Amino acid sequence: MPGETVEASAGSVATRDARTGGGTAWLLGSELLTLFRRRRTWAMLGALALIPILIAVAIIIAGPAPTGRGPAFLSEITNNGLFVGVTAILVAIPLFLPLTIGVVAGDTIAGEASHGTLRYLLIAPAGRIRLLLVKYAGAAAFCVAGTLTVVVVGTLVGWLLFPIGPVTLLSGATVSVGDALVRLLAIAAFVTVSLLGMSAIGLFLSTLTTVPVGAMAATAILAVVSQILDALPQLEWLHPWLFTHYWLGFADLLREPMVWDNFIDNAVLQAGYLVVFGALAIGRFLTKDVLS
Amino acid sequence: MPDLAIETHGLTKRFRSQLAVDGIDLAVPHGSVFGFLGPNGSGKTTTIRMLLGLVAANAGDARVLGADMPRHVDVVLPRVGALVEGPAFSPYLSGEANLRRFDAADRHAPRGTRNARVAEALDRVGLSHAARKKVHAYSLGMKQRLGIANALLMRRELLVLDEPTNGLDPQGTREVRALIRSFADDGTTVFVSSHLLAEVEQVCTHVGVMSAGRLVAQGTLDEFRDEGEARVLVRTPDAALAREVLARVLEARAGADHPVSRPSAADAAGDDDPDGSVTARLGATPPEVVVAALVEAGVRVRGFETVHADLEQRFVELTGEGFDVVQ
Repeated sequence: MPGETVEASAGSVATRDARTGGGTAWLLGSELLTLFRRRRTWAMLGALALIPILIAVAIIIAGPAPTGRGPAFLSEITNNGLFVGVTAILVAIPLFLPLTIGVVAGDTIAGEASHGTLRYLLIAPAGRIRLLLVKYAGAAAFCVAGTLTVVVVGTLVGWLLFPIGPVTLLSGATVSVGDALVRLLAIAAFVTVSLLGMSAIGLFLSTLTTVPVGAMAATAILAVVSQILDALPQLEWLHPWLFTHYWLGFADLLREPMVWDNFIDNAVLQAGYLVVFGALAIGRFLTKDVLS
Repeated sequence: MPDLAIETHGLTKRFRSQLAVDGIDLAVPHGSVFGFLGPNGSGKTTTIRMLLGLVAANAGDARVLGADMPRHVDVVLPRVGALVEGPAFSPYLSGEANLRRFDAADRHAPRGTRNARVAEALDRVGLSHAARKKVHAYSLGMKQRLGIANALLMRRELLVLDEPTNGLDPQGTREVRALIRSFADDGTTVFVSSHLLAEVEQVCTHVGVMSAGRLVAQGTLDEFRDEGEARVLVRTPDAALAREVLARVLEARAGADHPVSRPSAADAAGDDDPDGSVTARLGATPPEVVVAALVEAGVRVRGFETVHADLEQRFVELTGEGFDVVQ
């Protein structure tokens, strides 16, 4: 039967492909190019960059903040510019970063569906699971870019406007500027990891709708709700399970020696969210009728 | 086993309570240009979405290029180029960048030749000059061409084109028709859905007609025309008498409708002895029998013609809907 030969040869094409597997890298490259060629992406990174700039400019204009007022580390900035980045990330974590992550993660599938490009990606064929993986990787790349923007711009602005010198840590020890920069990168890594669970939630919500704004808003709202729940002492049993629980928990990276317990607990929690919501996204997307 | 590029059996799709596609058995031969006709809302696009694995069927099965869909999507789709329900692109990317993006999504498309293939596809649809323009600045016709270019990025065995001439000017329509012919000459099977019958009549070798979710007819274009019921057209001043005779002579045939008389211009002008025309379905009755009966009854036959249904009449006969949306 001719049909069988076709299928047999088709099968060999599939296995050859699985072996080379190079195509997925190109699809990821194309996804990143598309994401970072978008004006919206740069607008959001620009808004994040404004946070440390505004903080630094405000201190220059209004003078040093009194100790104990405003966000942690704020009063340290006039002594040491390296604290601008840390202060800015503390300010960005509760709302600004989750908003931008919500936009990118909520847009992943729903945005393609609303443009109608989802059907053309699927008949290319991108493969449904492959497309989800690439889309998630794109959102994760934005988490890295967003966090680094705040930390790097903060450090540069601090370097420019304030004295720079050895940093006195929370544990009382003093470390060199180089050591402090490494710790800043560790904080950026901690915050990036913190946002991965939320990105998975956004990806899942994005498979549920063809209206990207809906998925974006829902993702951002969940981040806020989770933080509110985390602040209610009556729900203490729930706190370790909230994806925002460790969001501000990077203070241990500013001790000597560095304590990594929170980093690891956070990574495990985020991995759990990634597995659960990743599986939900795959389950939903594999059986979804693409009508957009 | 016949060599079919697309084959479905009892393919069915239900959206909530509505039956969008109702057990259709498509048979699209390799190398054919298959015109998939039907009024808007008759289930054409849903069928195409099922064939391409975008939508899961509720019942029945579909084989495309010899493999079951949607199980073998990864193997089948690289050999299929498609335009589904209008073109769609990321508006903030250029035409070229959009094509490269879709091409990168296809694992089988070699990276090395990507830029060359994109340029060639753009050239083939006459869009080279607008390659670097952002798609949001494209006109509908240009988007349509870009959509066709996307289907041509790789050498395909099957092209599925859903309303390919939508939004194109007459010149563009002619070009698309020429493109479809050139694909067919290369041996590519072309499955083209349309509600523009003249289009289909000019390029297709085979036709299938959808109506309210059912495939009401399919076959070669010639078979299709022959199946269309021939009509007789009688021009005579004795329209009433001719109607009686036609009704009597053609009565034996089941399903013959009542002859329709159409007053001519002369009638409207108040001529004493006006020419009217009467038409009726001929069925299996030989035309000479009809003429003999008319003359015998004393009808002054001034003109007699047998008219073969053209595609449009046939389409209306089958769907009974003309171009209205099926509710």
